Amino acid sequence: MARMKFLCDAERCIECNGCVTACKQEHEIPWGVNRRRVVTINDGVPGERSISVACMHCSDAPCMAVCPVDCFYRTEEGVVLHDKDLCIGCGYCFYACPFGAPQFPQAGAFGVRGKMDKCTFCAGGPEKDTSEAEFKKYGRNRLAEGKLPACAEMCSTKALLGGDGDVLADIYRTRVTTRGKAGDVWGWATAYGRPDQKPGSQQPVPGPAPAPGGKS
Amino acid sequence: MIGLTRIAAAAFGAMAALMLAGCGERPQVSEYKQGKYQGKKDETPYAGAPFNGNRDQWERDLRTRAQHQNEYKRTGG
Repeated sequence: MARMKFLCDAERCIECNGCVTACKQEHEIPWGVNRRRVVTINDGVPGERSISVACMHCSDAPCMAVCPVDCFYRTEEGVVLHDKDLCIGCGYCFYACPFGAPQFPQAGAFGVRGKMDKCTFCAGGPEKDTSEAEFKKYGRNRLAEGKLPACAEMCSTKALLGGDGDVLADIYRTRVTTRGKAGDVWGWATAYGRPDQKPGSQQPVPGPAPAPGGKS
Repeated sequence: MIGLTRIAAAAFGAMAALMLAGCGERPQVSEYKQGKYQGKKDETPYAGAPFNGNRDQWERDLRTRAQHQNEYKRTGG
């Protein structure tokens, strides 16, 4: 088996936030922590694109490199996980991560930063698989149940794919070769494209320029 | 009288041992080896039920499950 990966097809993502909801529900994530988010570029402008982002389980993870207590490890399936018993909540991983994946729950009445929390690829953590302790610290271990991450399996348009990298690449390749180039079957051009123009070739309707630093 | 002395000696001995235990210094801080994972060992996802260590079965199940994300296969298109 190759490495476990996420793949998000920006042509299909409709910013429904189903993945975010699925993740929060599956792992009972506390308020203020988002292991997964949907980022939209040029929101409200024709041709906008959304993409679902969480921990990408990097092959050479910067969070692992900067952690002063070395609480990160990579499983043989390529999932980057961490031991919350060791984490000191310093936040270095947050600064190092290019995706903003590490999250810090508020611990205590004075807003003290708690131990880091992030996407586990629904693989739990270093506690006994599918145990109560594992669920409380890291969330549900779906991989141990023979399931894939809840966000990907719940995605209504199948924009977000999760699983073995080779299998995902095959699925995506089939998809692209079947639908042709981007915008032929799914996405903005299909929904709002003008029939007298070839899909994907229409010019964006002139409109007000997007606000600087638009919604993300 | 001798019995009382013995009890007092035993109590003194126990007290001394207890107080000495307070002087014992156990390491309170982990010794980190730079660049190596310091936490608990995690077991493989297929170690427990329902796979009971059968890695091939687990991989097959995940591969089948991954194909549920391929709607071109699901619809026969």
